[in-house]
Amino acid sequence: MQDHILETEGLTKEFRGFVAVSGVDLRIRRGTIHGLIGPNGAGKTTCFNLLTKFMQPSRGTIRYDGRDITRMKPAEVARLGLVRSFQISAVFPHLSVLENVRVALQRQRGGSYDFWRSDSVLRRYDDRAMELLADVGLTTYAAAPAGTLPYGRKRALEIATTLALDPTLMLLDEPTAGMTHEDVDRIVALVRRVAQGRTVLMVEHNLKVVEGLCDAITVLTRGKVLAEGPYAEVSRNPDVIAAYLGSDPSVSGAAEVVHA
Amino acid sequence: MASATTLSPDLSPGASQGGAPAAMPPAAPGVFGFTRAQAVALLLLIAALIACPFFLYPQFLMKLLCFALFACAFNLLIGYVGLLSFGHAAYFGMGSYIAAHAAKVWGLTPEVSILLGGVVGALFGLVFGWIAIRRAGIYFAMITLALAQMVYFFCLQAPFTHGEDGIQSIPRGMLFGVIDLRADMSMYWFVAGLFLIGFLLIHRIIHSPFGQVLTAIRENEPRATSLGYRTDDYKLVAFVLSAGIAGVAGGAKAITVGIATLTDVHWSMSGEVVLMTLLGGLGTLFGPVIGAAAVVSMQTYLAPFGAWVTIIQGGIFVLCVLAFRAGIVGEIARMLRVKL
Repeated sequence: MQDHILETEGLTKEFRGFVAVSGVDLRIRRGTIHGLIGPNGAGKTTCFNLLTKFMQPSRGTIRYDGRDITRMKPAEVARLGLVRSFQISAVFPHLSVLENVRVALQRQRGGSYDFWRSDSVLRRYDDRAMELLADVGLTTYAAAPAGTLPYGRKRALEIATTLALDPTLMLLDEPTAGMTHEDVDRIVALVRRVAQGRTVLMVEHNLKVVEGLCDAITVLTRGKVLAEGPYAEVSRNPDVIAAYLGSDPSVSGAAEVVHA
Repeated sequence: MASATTLSPDLSPGASQGGAPAAMPPAAPGVFGFTRAQAVALLLLIAALIACPFFLYPQFLMKLLCFALFACAFNLLIGYVGLLSFGHAAYFGMGSYIAAHAAKVWGLTPEVSILLGGVVGALFGLVFGWIAIRRAGIYFAMITLALAQMVYFFCLQAPFTHGEDGIQSIPRGMLFGVIDLRADMSMYWFVAGLFLIGFLLIHRIIHSPFGQVLTAIRENEPRATSLGYRTDDYKLVAFVLSAGIAGVAGGAKAITVGIATLTDVHWSMSGEVVLMTLLGGLGTLFGPVIGAAAVVSMQTYLAPFGAWVTIIQGGIFVLCVLAFRAGIVGEIARMLRVKL
């Protein structure tokens, strides 16, 4: 077993001359919760898209579990256990909450190209789907169309759907974005619980969440890694403080003080 | 007051667990995946299939059923995968020509000829779909249209299609080599049976494990990809199935009417099937059937108005887009709050 489940080397993505991600070397330790933070436009989501192969990097390599996945397709890396969530809550709105999870469980049967068979064969996944829904507190919503769920519940459903694939490495893109305090607490508890026995890489804006959850963090600014390490250590890094506070004119003076 | 529970027995368990949103009841499994409303509609449809030839001209009904099957095949793609193909005339037309040629020149029985039309439609669907599926939205529609235009010009030039004349006086032949189809009523039962099989097959495709993945892809393709589904492959299989059924519909039309002409592969045929599906109700099971019935009826009964038919059709199309976007069946389903 390797110590690092995900490693990137010189990961770079250019859009017509604009460098969104530039020479990023990431190392995610197995079994940890790793935070990816940085100001808006730092390249976090691009980074995510590169890691999950939704975008092809311009340069650099990505190694997952000792295997080079740089040239793989997104569906292939998902099958290897590297599963992502999305920034905008990604559910299937007209499928029921139960069906949302079941579509993921259905992956267990391999390809579902059997158009001649009744979908009643999928009922054997219902029990497991209900377990997963119970896990995220969505039991009472099982029959509702996913599109009718309140925002926070949609995020919970998304996590349940992701968990249905039993991922080795979960990538969560801003799991608490736009949530109420109550929802945030629920999601934090949920992430902590489901992270048992897996690795989680999350993009997160809410530093309180990051502080409470993450074993290690990487700070990105302008597509580059600014700092990496445990939260307590990185949060004292003057460059990081400047990057975070410097973007707000009202406190940029404070950043100057830190520099001085 | 106790009637509340008796009226909606399947609603009560969800309703009792307060906190759950006022949502649709879990779709009752019903018979073969049909909801109760759909089962009723299906029975009505079968009753109509049996009763209509005693009141209406069988030739007209057969043509209608062929187009209804064509529209259902098209709807499988746009309604359940979200792909707007603007070149479905290619598969319909090729099915028509191949079945016509097989029946007339090779002397094959009608069911084999029609099946052959379906196979050729599916093969064209495989190649064209493979090319087009790499693009989305309007680009997908344009590529399918361009490829269909190539088929049109091929049919205009190829010797076996007889260019402007088309293939005429196609023999209906003997079904399975035993049942003479020259009588309109015999032919009608054959076409009605074929339509019903196609219709039920499409329903099964939608309500299969495959159909479940298709729905997921339509709803949120990146998410389906992130769950490990190779979405392009699923779309391609759906495309091939749709093209194959369109080919069968074209073949059946050629054998029924006795001619296969350039009209069948012309782009306006692709437009007509879009109109039928939109008018009837996109993404509904019965919509394309009703839409096809409406369009074919208009073409038949408004024929005395000549060129005005197109204008009336255009007007209806505009009205449909402006006033009732869900289509005839879609609006009815919304009013009755059922799935049709």
